Amino acid sequence: MNTSAGASEKNQAAETGGAASYFSALWAVIWKDLAAEWRSRELLSAMLVFALLVILIFNFALELDALARNNVTSGVLWVTFAFAGTLGLNRSMAVEKDRGCLDGLLLAPVDRSVIFFGKAISNLVFMLVVAAIVLPVYSILYNVNLFRPGLMLVIFLGSTGYVAVGTLLSSMAVQARTRDILLPILLFPVAIPLLVAAVKASAGFLQALPIEDIRPWLNLLGVYDVIFIAVAFMVFDFVVEE
Amino acid sequence: MDAKPRLLTILDAVTALMMTAATIMVFAYAPMEAVMGPVQKVFYFHVAHSWVGMLSFVVAGIAGIAYLRTKNMKWDIVGLATVELGMVFMLVGIVTGSIWARPIWNTWWTWDPRLTTTTIMELIYAAYLMLRQGIEDPERRARFGAVYAIVGVISVPLTFFSIRIFRTIHPVVIGSGDAGAEGSFDMTPRMLQVFFFSLITFTVFYFDLMWHRIRLGSLAQRVEQLKLRLSE
Repeated sequence: MNTSAGASEKNQAAETGGAASYFSALWAVIWKDLAAEWRSRELLSAMLVFALLVILIFNFALELDALARNNVTSGVLWVTFAFAGTLGLNRSMAVEKDRGCLDGLLLAPVDRSVIFFGKAISNLVFMLVVAAIVLPVYSILYNVNLFRPGLMLVIFLGSTGYVAVGTLLSSMAVQARTRDILLPILLFPVAIPLLVAAVKASAGFLQALPIEDIRPWLNLLGVYDVIFIAVAFMVFDFVVEE
Repeated sequence: MDAKPRLLTILDAVTALMMTAATIMVFAYAPMEAVMGPVQKVFYFHVAHSWVGMLSFVVAGIAGIAYLRTKNMKWDIVGLATVELGMVFMLVGIVTGSIWARPIWNTWWTWDPRLTTTTIMELIYAAYLMLRQGIEDPERRARFGAVYAIVGVISVPLTFFSIRIFRTIHPVVIGSGDAGAEGSFDMTPRMLQVFFFSLITFTVFYFDLMWHRIRLGSLAQRVEQLKLRLSE
């Protein structure tokens, strides 16, 4: 409706501020999310408890004995991250929508992509925090060492792509009537290449395969990240405009 | 708009004729494949349906971009029409493929790259339809549908590549898509003719159905507007 107004607003912001103001606005959005989370702790605690429950269920469902563990650890980890991530993504956008915060954010005289990147980065932080707690717990429970630099890299790349698409899709999902059930249905089929690559690359690092075998997966992760960050950046405007 | 356009009636007739001709050609003109026998005939329908399915999802992506650029509701109707048709064609493609695979691969299903990608594609567009169902405001529904169609059409080739790499690293899983789909027999010139005729026929069939579906979409839109005016 007010696309022209939005556009001129955007140009103004770009002209007056430049890169410095872009980053300070970006930081403001991220800071707002982190501060709110620090005070309520509702999102992270839910994600964490959920993640641990998923691991518990896997333990009984798959009989994770020593032999099985070698093969399925990376799969279990990524399913856990993906499920917990969906929970976090949905909640982080639903909070904005319910309390009218999203409208406030949209009224701010900043480029819309600031909102997208701000939300995506704070979602990424939440996912990485969950990973940082799940990894040691898993290591202790199953007596495997998960602290390998390669695995860290895969988790970072995988989570980046996941939150890029997830932030875009969750901002659509929360505006729908069926929002509680919609996000995983929208997100999982388009995130499959990412999850396949992440699981395979993680398994490669955990089984200490030669780097030549892992590289195609890392490349795919990188390609996915770049493509989907770019696409989400381009279309996010259309998702939040009113 | 109101009366059915004459050109559409002609297209209907042409499509019906071509479909009949294609069916006759497949069963009477195309030679019997020596090894596989009659079940190979499914190939002419299978490939044609899968091709149309793929085409219609690409059209959905293009319609999505066109909608976001122009904000013309026509593109939204095109997008929905093509996704619905694509899902049906793809499903027929999967089912005919299974019918062929049962005697040839000795299984209804295998997690081969093409099969898996096709399934994920169906799921993406099922999600597209569910997303649309959850939104009442037509303008927002169109915008979100367009965005999701674009995301979906980009994700599909990546899925294909990801499963492809997967298979080359783990050669345990039987059958790469190529050897199964067409590499396992050489087409004679007659087979080629029938094959291309069938491809063209189903493509024409797709456009005919698209035209009908778009007409239906525009009429539905008009009904919706009239209802809104009544309630005001």
